[in-house]
Amino acid sequence: MSKPRQTIEDAVVLFAGDSGDGSQTIGAQMTQTSAMAGNDVSTHPDYPAEIRAPAGSLAGVSGFQLHFSSQDIFTPGDKCDVLVAMNPAALSENHEYLKPNGLLIVNTDNFQKKNLNLAGYVSNPLEDDSLSQFQIFSIELTRLTHEALAETELTSKEKDLCKNFFALGVIFWLFNRPMDYTLRFIKETLGARYPKFVEPNILALKAGVAFAEATDQVASTYEVKPAKFQPGKYRNIMGNAAVAIGLIAASQKARLQLVYGSYPITPASDILHELSKYKEFGVKTMQMEDEIAAVGSAIGASYGGALGVTGSSGPGIALKAEAIGLAVMVELPLVILNIQRAGPSTGMPTKTEQSDLLQVLYGRNGESPVPVIAAARPSDCFDTAYEAARIALKYMTPVFFLSDNSIANGAEPWKIPDASTLPAMTTRFVSNGSNTEEFMPYARDEETLARSWAVPGTPGLEHRIGGLEKQDLTGNVSYDPDNHEKMTRLRDEKVARIANDIPPTEVFGQDGDELLVIGWGGTFGTLRTAVKNKQAEGVSVSHVHLRYLNPLPADLGDIISRYQKVVVAELNLGQIATIIRARYLVDAIGFNKIQGQPFYVYEVESKIDEILER
Amino acid sequence: MNLVKRKFRSSAVKAIETNSPPVAVPTLTHRDFESDQDKRWCPGCGDYSILKQTQKILPELGIPREQLVFVSGIGCSSRFPYYMNTYGFHTIHGRAPTIASGLKATNPDLSVWVITGDGDTLSIGGNHFIHLLRRNFDINVLLFNNQIYGLTKGQYSPTSEVGKITKSTPTGSIDNPFNPISIALAAGATFVARSLDRDTKHLPVMMKAAFEHKGTSFVEIYQNCNIFNDGAFFTYTEKATKADNVVQLEHGDPLIFGANLDKGIRLNGFQPEVISLNGDSTYATDDLITHDQFTEDPTLAHFLSRMTENEELPLPIGIFRSIQRPCYEDALAQQIDTQKEKKGEGNLESLLNAGDTWVVD
Repeated sequence: MSKPRQTIEDAVVLFAGDSGDGSQTIGAQMTQTSAMAGNDVSTHPDYPAEIRAPAGSLAGVSGFQLHFSSQDIFTPGDKCDVLVAMNPAALSENHEYLKPNGLLIVNTDNFQKKNLNLAGYVSNPLEDDSLSQFQIFSIELTRLTHEALAETELTSKEKDLCKNFFALGVIFWLFNRPMDYTLRFIKETLGARYPKFVEPNILALKAGVAFAEATDQVASTYEVKPAKFQPGKYRNIMGNAAVAIGLIAASQKARLQLVYGSYPITPASDILHELSKYKEFGVKTMQMEDEIAAVGSAIGASYGGALGVTGSSGPGIALKAEAIGLAVMVELPLVILNIQRAGPSTGMPTKTEQSDLLQVLYGRNGESPVPVIAAARPSDCFDTAYEAARIALKYMTPVFFLSDNSIANGAEPWKIPDASTLPAMTTRFVSNGSNTEEFMPYARDEETLARSWAVPGTPGLEHRIGGLEKQDLTGNVSYDPDNHEKMTRLRDEKVARIANDIPPTEVFGQDGDELLVIGWGGTFGTLRTAVKNKQAEGVSVSHVHLRYLNPLPADLGDIISRYQKVVVAELNLGQIATIIRARYLVDAIGFNKIQGQPFYVYEVESKIDEILER
Repeated sequence: MNLVKRKFRSSAVKAIETNSPPVAVPTLTHRDFESDQDKRWCPGCGDYSILKQTQKILPELGIPREQLVFVSGIGCSSRFPYYMNTYGFHTIHGRAPTIASGLKATNPDLSVWVITGDGDTLSIGGNHFIHLLRRNFDINVLLFNNQIYGLTKGQYSPTSEVGKITKSTPTGSIDNPFNPISIALAAGATFVARSLDRDTKHLPVMMKAAFEHKGTSFVEIYQNCNIFNDGAFFTYTEKATKADNVVQLEHGDPLIFGANLDKGIRLNGFQPEVISLNGDSTYATDDLITHDQFTEDPTLAHFLSRMTENEELPLPIGIFRSIQRPCYEDALAQQIDTQKEKKGEGNLESLLNAGDTWVVD
């Protein structure tokens, strides 16, 4: 007998288990299925750096949080409605993120003494009243999966591997989701690599649905209706994949080779993986011997007339710093991707933070200005990477693209742009037409101050460049004091002028509100949601999101001056806040979190209340 | 030298090969390769000689000037590109191989030369150097080895001998030097040679051979720093001592040297040793090592590279090894061609619309 169905606006589901349990896989399946059912979705994978930490240990817990909704959403959600805990460690690490009265789905087969001990439980939490604030849905997930696969040829260990699909079946039933997308995924994608798991995974998935339908542990199922999207064609996209596609789009529009020099590093490696798939676009990916070689090869590519790109995370960017200074000096286009992670040194490689802003702005010797722009959300990585390339090519300069672990690995629906409407790309190539005048490699465009791009192989334009100070116009080595000051100011002014080439700042709210919340990068969704919620309560608060961090938008000072109070929210100790305070002489309040985790909406809402003394 | 495959593919050469109307290649002289910049090397520096030899051979290579790119790192030798009227990139310390690699991958038609020194390539840039050799880009590397840091005013280098007294080692250096030829061979280099700045006959031959070799060509050039390490190589370069202290490697020839060509090198077990070929000697030419630069196995080349470690043995100059292997930039381009054949030329519209999509009306 089917159970009653309740319609709800949105739901947050957190899948958690050992890193080998397949939580990321089923999380992605539920995401895609929900997106294709018309929901808005937002995800937050949270996994350890270790590939397989000891089974059952707290260190080995991998999580995947999915928020799906019939409304426009910007975040993966604060707390979850449903927690799927594959073992005691997953429960221990995540139960505090489950809402009161939330549904806790547990694999009871894993709650034996050994695993309980590993998770630090003295007694079995399922047997005392410590979880009484939750609805508990106990499933003998391992035994039931084995039972469903009794007829298959798999070994006992292999059968264990299928239990994530059993759990997914339960979730599909709970939210009335169709299985067709996942069935196709099992047959085509998984099947291509592991053909013998096709039938077992399908059996497990269907057994999960059937089991849930037959159980009386849950009173009703739920439905989240489609969201109202702008008309158009959509696909689900992860941040790092969007970066890759954005760069290819930029190279295609500019009619340039794309050359990506990189060295594997979490959480940027997926961009290298992604780009290496697109050889039919002429994309050349080079996995170099280290971070310095990676940026060097990209600079060499740009020198040779390609769109040179390198990507890394903070520790790798530190190693690239000297070469980026060279790119500043020789004024070649270069895009540098920094997918930020948490902490100094190795820090917390799989966690998120925004603490590399001052590094990319100032982490080089000498006066070494580099434009910096940051992506706001997974789908925005496409536009922002494209924009980074546009600026690099038009202004003949290295450009930093900032993202972070949460948007790099987060996914959301993306309204697919029409290729023909993407902004035009300008390149500064020169050829030697008349050959009467001496070529001046450091002559500049009057408006942008960009020099020209004379690529080796061009007859008549042979010239020398390098890291030594350049004489104005000729590019010859110069130690002349006045020339050095002139060139320093020219390089600075060139970057400053990019402010004339960026759109006006969008203010979300009313001029003259009591409080302005300023943020940048991957915190966009949380800040926007919190401000929207507060506005709905009638609170006088606005939000400004900064995409351009160097140069800052020309209108920002004016905007800031129209508010009584300004709070700058960042996942660091106050990096852009320091700049805003210095630049606009405003007593901006810092709102900072340094836990390797994104902001939660409720935290921002509380901060707004606190500042406004509500 | 005729055994070395000619490899340069300038557009002019291509046009000739495909029987198109011949493109006139202007006749250039060494002056066409001199830039207008004043040279800043100390008077008497060995770099002048290497620069001159380079400018002398370039017109003979038949490459249009715009196809030539000299990429350097940091150090005295790395000022080289400023003095060449070609494309040039004076980069940062040790990193020239990385920039040259990106450039060559982008435009395989260019003739790319890396100019570097012992500090630049074996100390700060050691990692890039071995990886460049392993990838076998078609790039020519000229290592000016003066066994000293010149531009920073006289500290010992990774090729300086143990015990060297310098500004940073007033009581003598205590670290063992690298053997550049051995390192290049260990890294899988496909072309390895050594020459001398003052040998104006031998050096251009080595540079041309490096140019003609398809793959990374490594030429170590002993270069005199007359300020901080004057005379380090005079035993090998000066008339009075050269013949008895240098053995010239020639493919197919036995290793014979000496003012009277009466000494040879034979292998005694694993040890090369000098034997006399005088009338009363029990040895004959047949007992000597016969040089084979084309053999795939690098063992012989390794033996020869280690001869500098034994003061009894002469210094080998010439080509240690010259073998053929696929080049990185060609393999890269080929993978792209294969994917284009398989999937068709990339289409941006289909890329954007790939994967599972849905339409909202």
